Order: sequence, then C-alpha cells, then structure tokens
Amino acid sequence: MFSSTQNTIIAVATPLGVGAIAMIRVSGKDAFSITQKIWKSKKNLLTQVPNTLLVGTIIDQENTPIDEVVLSIFHAPHSFTGDNTIEISCHASPYIVQKILTLLVENGAKLAQAGEFTRRAYLNGRVDLAQAEAIADVIASENENAHKIAFQQMRGGFSKQIKKMREDFIKLAGLLELELDFAEEDVEFANRGEIQKQVHQLSQNISDLANSYQLGKVLKNGFPVAIVGKPNAGKSTLLNALLAEDKAIVSPIAGTTRDSIEDETTIKGIKFRFVDTAGLRQTDDIVENIGIARTKEKMQASALILYLFDVSEFTPDVLLKNLLEIEQYNVPILLVANKIDIADKNAIHYFENFEEKYQKQIIFLSAHTQHNLENLQNKLADYVQMQPLHQNQTIITNTRHYACLQDTLKALEQVKKSLDQKFSTEMVATDMREVIYQLGTITGEITNNDLLEFIFTKFCIGK
Amino acid sequence: MFPEYDVIVVGAGHAGCEASYASATMGSKTLLITLDMTKIAQMSCNPAMGGVAKGQIIREIDALGGMSGIISDKTMIQFRMLNRSKGSAMWSPRCQSDRAKFTEAWRLALENVPNLDFWQDMVAELIVKDNRVCGVITGMGLEIKAKSVILTSGTFMNGLIHIGEKRIGGGRMGEKASTGITEQLVELGMEAGRMKTGTPPRIDGRTLNYEVMEEQKGDENPSKFSFSDETQSLTTQRSCFITYTNTEVHEILQTGFEQSPMFTGRIKGLGPRYCPSIEDKINRFADKDRHQIFVEPEGWDTVEIYVNGFSTSLPQDVQYKAIKKIPGFENCKMFRPGYAIEYDYFPPTQLKPTLETHLIENLYFAGQINGTTGYEEAACQGLMAGMNAHQKVHEKPNIILSRADAYIGVLIDDLVYKGTDEPYRMFTSRAEYRISLRQDNADIRLTEKGYNLGLASQKRYDDLQAKKQKIADLQHILKDLKASPEEINPTLEILETSPIREKVIIGNLLKRPEITIENLAKNYIPFANVLAEFPIQVSEQVEIHYKYDDYLQKERNMAMRFQELEDLMIPDSFDYSKVQALSAESRQKLPKMRPKTLGEASRISGISPSDISILMVFVGR
Repeated sequence: MFSSTQNTIIAVATPLGVGAIAMIRVSGKDAFSITQKIWKSKKNLLTQVPNTLLVGTIIDQENTPIDEVVLSIFHAPHSFTGDNTIEISCHASPYIVQKILTLLVENGAKLAQAGEFTRRAYLNGRVDLAQAEAIADVIASENENAHKIAFQQMRGGFSKQIKKMREDFIKLAGLLELELDFAEEDVEFANRGEIQKQVHQLSQNISDLANSYQLGKVLKNGFPVAIVGKPNAGKSTLLNALLAEDKAIVSPIAGTTRDSIEDETTIKGIKFRFVDTAGLRQTDDIVENIGIARTKEKMQASALILYLFDVSEFTPDVLLKNLLEIEQYNVPILLVANKIDIADKNAIHYFENFEEKYQKQIIFLSAHTQHNLENLQNKLADYVQMQPLHQNQTIITNTRHYACLQDTLKALEQVKKSLDQKFSTEMVATDMREVIYQLGTITGEITNNDLLEFIFTKFCIGK
Repeated sequence: MFPEYDVIVVGAGHAGCEASYASATMGSKTLLITLDMTKIAQMSCNPAMGGVAKGQIIREIDALGGMSGIISDKTMIQFRMLNRSKGSAMWSPRCQSDRAKFTEAWRLALENVPNLDFWQDMVAELIVKDNRVCGVITGMGLEIKAKSVILTSGTFMNGLIHIGEKRIGGGRMGEKASTGITEQLVELGMEAGRMKTGTPPRIDGRTLNYEVMEEQKGDENPSKFSFSDETQSLTTQRSCFITYTNTEVHEILQTGFEQSPMFTGRIKGLGPRYCPSIEDKINRFADKDRHQIFVEPEGWDTVEIYVNGFSTSLPQDVQYKAIKKIPGFENCKMFRPGYAIEYDYFPPTQLKPTLETHLIENLYFAGQINGTTGYEEAACQGLMAGMNAHQKVHEKPNIILSRADAYIGVLIDDLVYKGTDEPYRMFTSRAEYRISLRQDNADIRLTEKGYNLGLASQKRYDDLQAKKQKIADLQHILKDLKASPEEINPTLEILETSPIREKVIIGNLLKRPEITIENLAKNYIPFANVLAEFPIQVSEQVEIHYKYDDYLQKERNMAMRFQELEDLMIPDSFDYSKVQALSAESRQKLPKMRPKTLGEASRISGISPSDISILMVFVGR
C-alpha cells in the first residue's frame, strides 16, 4: 500500500545498470531536511533558491564521503509531485545508489511504491485522473499497439461502450421496477421472453469484451510466437535473425538449445515475444527431455507457432506427419521452410503445389543469410493486423476491468437463472441491480436514480 | 401565559401530528400551533393511506410507536394489500380512509397525550439568537419561548392556488396561507424554492352511474396497518370504481391549455412527474388515448367522491365539461374544482440527518417544507423530527435510521444528501435493500428502537419478543422436519412442481416459486399439523426467510460493500480546501454539508466517484 502523504518518498528515477549517471528523486514535506542530513557543502539546502542546481558531497553518519553529486531543487507546489522535491544525480554505481538510498531511509524517507510519484501529483492536483492514467499508460506502453489501445481507452471508447450497455440494461431493469412500484397503474408490463433475449445478448457482448482481455494482454506484453521444429532446423538462427542479435547459442550440433529462450522485438510497430524452443525429438537425455516438455508448454501459451523445417530434410508428407503433433495444441501455425540457401532446387520444388493442395502457406527463407526474412516479418505483422484490435474492436487490457466484466457475467448468469426458474419479479430485479452495479463499478456510476429517471421519462405514471 | 416549551411544532398536518405526538410522549413539554384546530391531520388530497412503498412507511411509523398506522386502521373504509401478485417482500398495504373520521381520530389521540398543549394561530416569525432558535412570534403578536421548533408548513408558506387564470392566495382551498417565515429564513441565509402540487375535482357520488364502471372491492380477508391489537381489520368495506378518460375528454381539456397556469408558465414551481395533472399526461403522452380514473369514496356516509387520476388546474368550466365525457360521469355534479397549488420549500440538503437545519440550531423541518409529497412521507419525517428534537433538548443521542434500517432511513438520507428538485415520493426502487425492508417485518426491524426511546409501549415490546421467540421455535422445528419422496411427492404433483428423489428438509421446498406455506399446508397434513400451533404472522416470517434466503444474503453483502465507505470517518477538522484534486463543486459543497463518513459524502449529489477515491486516500486508506 502507498504510504501516507505526510511521508517523504524516494526512488531511483533512472534505469538501474544503464548509463553513467543515476538520478534519485526525493519528494515530500521533509525532502530538504532529510537530504540536508547526508549533505556536505558550503551551501545549506534549506535556504537554497528554488529551481537551482547545487554541487556537493553525500556523506554517511561517520562523515565518510560517498559520492560527488549534483542536486536539483524544486519547491512545492512547483514540482512534478507538487511537494518539495530534490533530484540527486550521482554516479551510477549500484553500490553508490544503494548507499544513498539506505542513508535517506535511515534519515526518515520511505521507498516509493510503483506509481507513487504520479499518485502524489494526482492528489496534489498537479494532474487529473485521466492524465495520471495517461502517464501510467505512456510509461507502460512500449510499442505502437499498446499505444493504440491506450489511446482508444483514453478517448473513452471502452467506457462509452460499457455506459451504453449499462444504459440499455437500466431500461430493461426499469421495466421490472415499473411492475414493482406501479402495480396499480395502467401500464403494460415487460414481456419476459424479450427480457431473456436481451439479457442473453448483453451476456454475449460482455463475454466478447472479456475475451478480448487475453488479446489485449498479448498486445500489451508482446505477441507471443513460439519457434518450433526438429533439432537443427535453425530455430535459434532464426531467432537471432529476428532479434538482430546473438541471443541464442547457435551450433551445428542438434540439441544445442536445451531450454527455451525468449526475447522481444518490434516489427512494424508491433511488439512480438519470440520463444526459441528446444527441438522436438525422441531422446533419452533427461535435460533435453525437460526442455522438450517445456517446449510443449510454450507452444500452448503462444498465440502463433512458427513451424520451422529444413527444406532439404522434409518432403510434404513428412511435413504433414510432423504437423499432426503440433496441431493438437490448437494454436495457429505458420510454416517456414529454412535453409533455402543451401538447399537443392528439387527440394524446394517438392513444395510447389503444397499451398493449393493443403491450404497451408509456406514461407521460404534462409535464417542464416536472412534471405526472404522480410517476407516472414511482413507475414507476422499482417497476421497481427488481422486481429480484432485492427477491426476497431474494443480490447480490454486493464485487469480491474477484466475482473469487473467477469463479475458482470456472473451477475448476468444469475439473472438468467432467476428468469428461467420464474422467480418473482423482485428477485429478478435484485439480480438485475447487481448487473447494473457491476457495470457501474467500471465507469464509476452507482445509483438507483437512473432507474426512476428512465421510468419517469418513458411511462405515463401517476393517478 | 405560556411556559417555555421543550418543543414547539408549527403546523398540524401529518408531519406536525406525528412530531408533537412523539416529542410529547417521550416526555417533552410540547406545543402544537395550527392555523385551524378543526383541520388537524386534514387529508388535503386523496382520502387514502399507504400504497406501494408508502404502506411500508406507515408500518415503520407504527413499529416505532407513531400513530399513523393506528389512526388509519380506525378510520379506514377499504383495505387492500397491493402487489399480491408479486412475492411477499413486495406486498404493500393501502387503505381508503374516511376523511372526516381521520382528522377526528388524530385530534382525539393528540388530546389524550399529557405534555401536549394546543394553540390556534399563525406563526409569523421565529425567535433566533446566535443562530439558535428559542421560540416563535405569532400572528397575534404573542411571543412563545421554546428550546426547539419543528416547522411543518405543508403547502401553507406563501401558498398560491391556481385554477385556470385565477390565482388565490391560500394554503388549501378556502384556507389562508402563512407568511413571513420564508422571508426571515432567507434573510438569515437559508435557500428557499417553490414547488407545485395539484388535486382533482370532488364530485357528488349520487350523480354518478356506477353501472358502466369496474368495481374495485377491498381484500376478501383484509389486513391492517398496526402491529398492535389495539385495532381490528374491517368486516365491511366500501368499493372504489375504475373508469377511463377518452379522446373526447382529452380534446375538451386541450381547449383550456391556453389558460392553463402549467403551460403558460405562471406556475414556477416544479410538480411531481409521477403524480401529473391530467393535462400533463395528455401533453406528454399524446399517443395514449385513455387514462385510468379511480372513483374513491371520501368516507362511510358522505356522498363526496374523489376523482383520482384527474388532478387539474384548468379553468373550472373546462374541467366540468371534460369530466362529463368520462363514462359514468355524464350527469355528474361537481362539489369543487381541482386546482394546483404552489408553496415554499427549503432544499433539504440544508438539513442534518436528524432533520435539524445546519444553519439554525434546534430548528427542525419536516414534510412538504423539505420538498416531499405524500402523507406517509410527511408523517415519518414528523416522527423523526419530533424524536430528535426531544433527544436534543434533553441532551440525548441523535436518532438516525440508515438505508438498511428502514424506508424512513432511505427517505431522509436521500433528502439530506441528494436533495430533490421535484416533490419527492417514496418508491421501492429507491431502496437498495428492498427485500429486507418489508412491511411484514417492520416491527422486528424497529420496535425495539421505538421502545428504547420511550415511544413504543411495553406491551408492544413484549408482543414482539413473544413473536420472535415463536419464529425461532418454528424455525427450529422446520430445520429437522423432513419428508421422503413417497411421503411428499403426491403433494408436489398436486402443486405442479417437480418430484424429489431423496429425503428433503421441508422448509427448503418453500424456496420453489410454486410452493407457499399456505398451499403446502393445505396439501400435506404433517406440515399443517406443525403450523397449526403458530399464528400466521409467525409462519409468514419463516416462509419469507426460506423463500428469500439467498436474496437476503445478497442484500447483506451489498450492505457490507457500502458499509466499508460508511466506516471511513472524515475528521470534523478536515480541510477540503487543501485537497486541490477535488472538483470545484466538491470543494464548495463538502465543507457546507460536513458529511461524517465517506459513505455520506458519496451520496451527496454532485460528488463524483473520483472525488470519493481521492478522499479515501486522505482519510486514511
């Protein structure tokens, strides 16, 4: 949990282990007095003019100098958080950074939780909630797709959709409330069949949205692609080619990759997470067998399998036979014929009519020379482009939203049940209120007034 | 001439009567001031008490020890339990009343209360010192001192009656309006507004042709409002009748629209949407070619008829011409036309949940002055204001009912936190915990509270304890009462519900919609034998607990969800102005209303959920 806003919080603001200079941010009521305690310079921090830089030394309790640093001074409310803030720029040795953090904590500062600086800024009115969320999204989104989702949600596409569903459902629930509150009136009551139909439709819509969560997560964290094939098909070489670096150890010895290797790369603005897997073969090697078992897990967890084979080693029949094992995972498969640079022309020739015959496309390339690698990259990008995000559908990425949608679905199931079992109106109405409540928790509207509002505008009520 | 009173109640309508009855019964020296002592507890509009959600309120008043239930029982001419086609949680008692007997019964009841004095006069001014009320000055110029004052002005403060283009100052037809207090309170810093309500014409019942109308009889086995055995249910009843308007009626009414104070904008106050005038109905729902009309007798002996559904402020000749086109009304004679009335109210967000004003200490408001409509709504506010005024002047704790306690709690909570733009009427849909807040369990919910306050009698309390014991006994028996398939399947077949395969606890069968305690007892002797020893009020409670078990649990969960916010206290010293992230509206409203908890804050209109989440962080989450 976040600490009280009375606390002074600290955090390293630069990535650890990167670059020559690290920056530690100290923010809060006591930022100046705490830093002053580990500060040695002719100039007193407490009397320093805002928005200036100071050079000096950080010292420990025994007056031992730790590092020469530069301080940037910001006075409340003119800082990012709105509180007094000092930024300590020190040398980026892990020891120095750790030591300074420890000294600050010993003098009363608290280590900040993730997002706590943004939260302070929000609480101090420096940014509003939407901005705070946007900041979080900007920090989180590392690729074009994540940006696209974040942007869509910022524009309110998602909450608009939920609001619309909630409004539609309020109308439906309003019909039942009408029966309960205005039994004496001359109004026609809702057809139960019609209500059932609409409840069903809403369930379908909500469930579509909830299902998009998996995809949303995938797009945010990288589209997982498993590179699968026989040992020595060139999987690690392909991975290195896709990543444009030597991540996997490559050797002519089959079975070099004993475990899965993962890394991310961005192709045409889409983040991919490639998993190089241990080659699939029958073996008695225990370690390799563990690797193969893990390969199977990775295949299941991926959104796409690249099935790689050495074009010289396979005939179409062998390929189809090998695919049988892969197809059981129910993950879409993209076929990649490798090593065309050293293959006999005839070997490639075998596969000429393969696509028409079996409705399976093959990409021919050489991972080693990177010949036709671009074809594969294009194909991968196209594949993701075909996903619902690019058909302007709403994608859920927020875990809380996902949980709320799941709760909504649960509530809808209960409504269906009570309608099916012909429970009396007030029970169905109670179940419908739960749906409205759950939808409301997503957009932040929780009140029964909406029900009455609907009734009054729609029906002629009153004696 | 006057002592210093603990409580002065201004106005003797439904709110004023309950208020003065409560404070005097609890032991406060109380004075009830009214413009006309012959009009105590006058039913200004329809001669009926209760209805959906309103009937529950009457039961709650009765459970707490108020009088509206008993008076209604003593003066009813017809009783119906509404919503019988729904589950028993929705049942709502309603009665037609004898208007004259109703006022008489209230007056007798009040005259029997020790500690309660009466004075017939107008209150023209409040005596306010250092933002604290300490008495009233009357129209006759008398100064009467009091520790607290409850204003229940109804439609009287600057009341203005409209009939067509005619405008008459008055609080009811033929009665003077009261003046002075609004102006004084506005001067002191309170905000006032105008509201509007209306009433239909009254007709000579001897001139109606009931043959062409549909008769609406009272219940075959009528129940009653009060939990006490002081009153009995009816043995004979009078019927109401139903007829309809038609396009001809609508066309005639439309000829008067140009002179309608509603449409010409002469009426500034906002009227209730759920109790619209007939011209409003025609105007807003033009596609409907008929509207329902209830013909309601005004008493046992009188020939006067109340034309429910025909509230109007059109010119009286238009009213008369139109009404004669309603089937059964062809030869009718009118006693008096319908009219609209505008009156002053004070937006109730200026009140604490005890109904005391924020601005002036020991000054309480109850009834239409708070923007509500309805006898029941007024009566329960009067009761709560009376209780709280007594508690305050005797330095005892406030009495606040929560939304989970009672409809009364929902009503006052809505008023003081959300406020209202139109006359506020209770609906079951306003209650989050509708299945828990039933008419049948109002005594279980509230009588102990009323007893502890000295309002509900010892007998009431003892009766309740006995009832609770019997419920527990029956529940205990039913827990172990099982039936085998051979024993009970024939019964289930009769009741057209699926047979069982294994032994079941009989109580659990009550969860099935097809099975009630009544039809099960009728068709299964061992069950009937068990029930025979328990009164219906007891078996009914047990049935409800089985039937609604899951739903009562759901409501408890829901209540807990909201309780989390209620438990987060906002310190009195909390400085909202420092929380810059709050919306401007919140920063302005919250210091004024001073909610005690985040739950209260969340119910204030205009306070957004994001404001609440910000406050949540500050008050120590």
